[in-house]
Amino acid sequence: MTTEASVRVEDKLFYNRYLVDAGRAHIKVRPHTKPSPELLAMLKACPARCYELNVKGQVEVTVDGCVECGTCRVICEESGDIEWSYPRGGYGVLFKFG
Amino acid sequence: MIDERFDAIVVGAGMAGNAAALTMAKRGLKVLQLERGEYSGSKNVQGAILYADMLEKLVPDFREDAPLERHLVEQRFWMMDDRSHTGLHYRSDDFNEEKPNRYTIIRAQFDKWFSSKVREAGVTVLCETTVTELAQDAYGKVIGVRTDRLGGEIHADVVVLAEGVNGVLGTRAGLRERPKPDKVALAVKEMHFLPRETIEARFNLKGDEGVVIEAVGTISGGMTGMGFIYANKECISLGIGCLVADFQRTGQTPYGLLDRFKRHPSVAPLIEGSEVKEYSAHLIPEGGYKAIPQLFGEGWVVVGDAAQLNNAIHREGSNLAMTSGRIAGEAIFQVKSRRDPMTAENLALYKKMLDESFVIKDLKKYKDMPALMHTQSQNFFLTYPQLVSKAMQNFLRVDGTPKVEKEKSSLRSFIEARSWTGLFGDAFRFARAWR
Repeated sequence: MTTEASVRVEDKLFYNRYLVDAGRAHIKVRPHTKPSPELLAMLKACPARCYELNVKGQVEVTVDGCVECGTCRVICEESGDIEWSYPRGGYGVLFKFG
Repeated sequence: MIDERFDAIVVGAGMAGNAAALTMAKRGLKVLQLERGEYSGSKNVQGAILYADMLEKLVPDFREDAPLERHLVEQRFWMMDDRSHTGLHYRSDDFNEEKPNRYTIIRAQFDKWFSSKVREAGVTVLCETTVTELAQDAYGKVIGVRTDRLGGEIHADVVVLAEGVNGVLGTRAGLRERPKPDKVALAVKEMHFLPRETIEARFNLKGDEGVVIEAVGTISGGMTGMGFIYANKECISLGIGCLVADFQRTGQTPYGLLDRFKRHPSVAPLIEGSEVKEYSAHLIPEGGYKAIPQLFGEGWVVVGDAAQLNNAIHREGSNLAMTSGRIAGEAIFQVKSRRDPMTAENLALYKKMLDESFVIKDLKKYKDMPALMHTQSQNFFLTYPQLVSKAMQNFLRVDGTPKVEKEKSSLRSFIEARSWTGLFGDAFRFARAWR
């Protein structure tokens, strides 16, 4: 849909406060050559657009803007495509309103 | 490492966790509550509506100092197509009562207050502490927790899992399954700030009166979903949620959906000129009665969203969370006061008490509703809203067409879209699931 391309998630995430736990990503994608349908679904389903395709066509995750909803855990953890934990105490998104 | 031993450890400081911790501490139990956020509330997301009755049972005089936004005097249900909405509104001055029944709240702020009551009752609350694992003995009995901060294990007679819809501990310990994509919805929400007077004028409100709008229709793009708009004092909570399985299947984006909802001609004027200050996302349990997992076991109970206790039809969750937390706390106190061990057999009391409450009774009433809504999403969320909208416009537009022909044409459009069997089938299935 053309209207969706105009929505910049980065701008939305800019409203939020985060304490990034540098070097300790709480979500890890299992190394793969060809991404599973579950992983590919995350390119669209992640509300913070943390999942992106790299030049090799693999799905990568960058958790800095993660809002810790768990959608990717629900879709991808069972198949082993990702490892999912909560950030260490105090780290991650800090909601002011929630 | 904490060497102290606790009567109970509560994992999580949302509605259910706070209710459980408060209830047990008030009865004299020694309670430790662990929360991963920097303060209680900083990880919690909800629309949000607070139900006074359930909070009164925990904090009777909460109206004196709780950060409440607006008491609700009006509810608007909208059935939307791309350019219109057909509404069912209920507004009553009866809701302007001394002790109002429902309020809008802002969760991070409310939960901070709720946590202060929990602390006052004597609970030890440790924030910025993520529980990584349940500690179990050789027989599988839960004997405490491990965290990312304190090292070693912290022991208690019973662990109350109030870890939320996306709780990982119960799943890791094999106590319950991870939620399935067709049993949870993903909702995204923005906080739109506007001057108080602007909100009151746009929503037809006086003083602290509040209104809720809930909307279904083409806004969810054929998925099982709902949009919502809650008026707070100086901001509007606006969001939309759909089943995770539907997002997965259709490839629609949550933020694209949110944006389309905001630009709908019925919505845009309400938020025009607002300043957005936060974007959040959260899962909502949608599986209903049939998705409720095992609620208790050797040394543990599970409460609130973690136990999938959410009434999707009435959009009630926080009250079920609070009530399940309170009941779990009371059940644990009863077991404790008899000096009985926290075995599954004894903790079954929690489920027995919960079964007798509105929590399980309400969920049982609608046990067939999720399946109907989730498998018929195209009809209930796309086809019918479009048909209703067309029929309403046909009914209202005065263009010289005789009324008899107008009615026939509206009826024909319903039959063409769903056929007689489809229409009667849908009505029958809906009535049966609602009963």
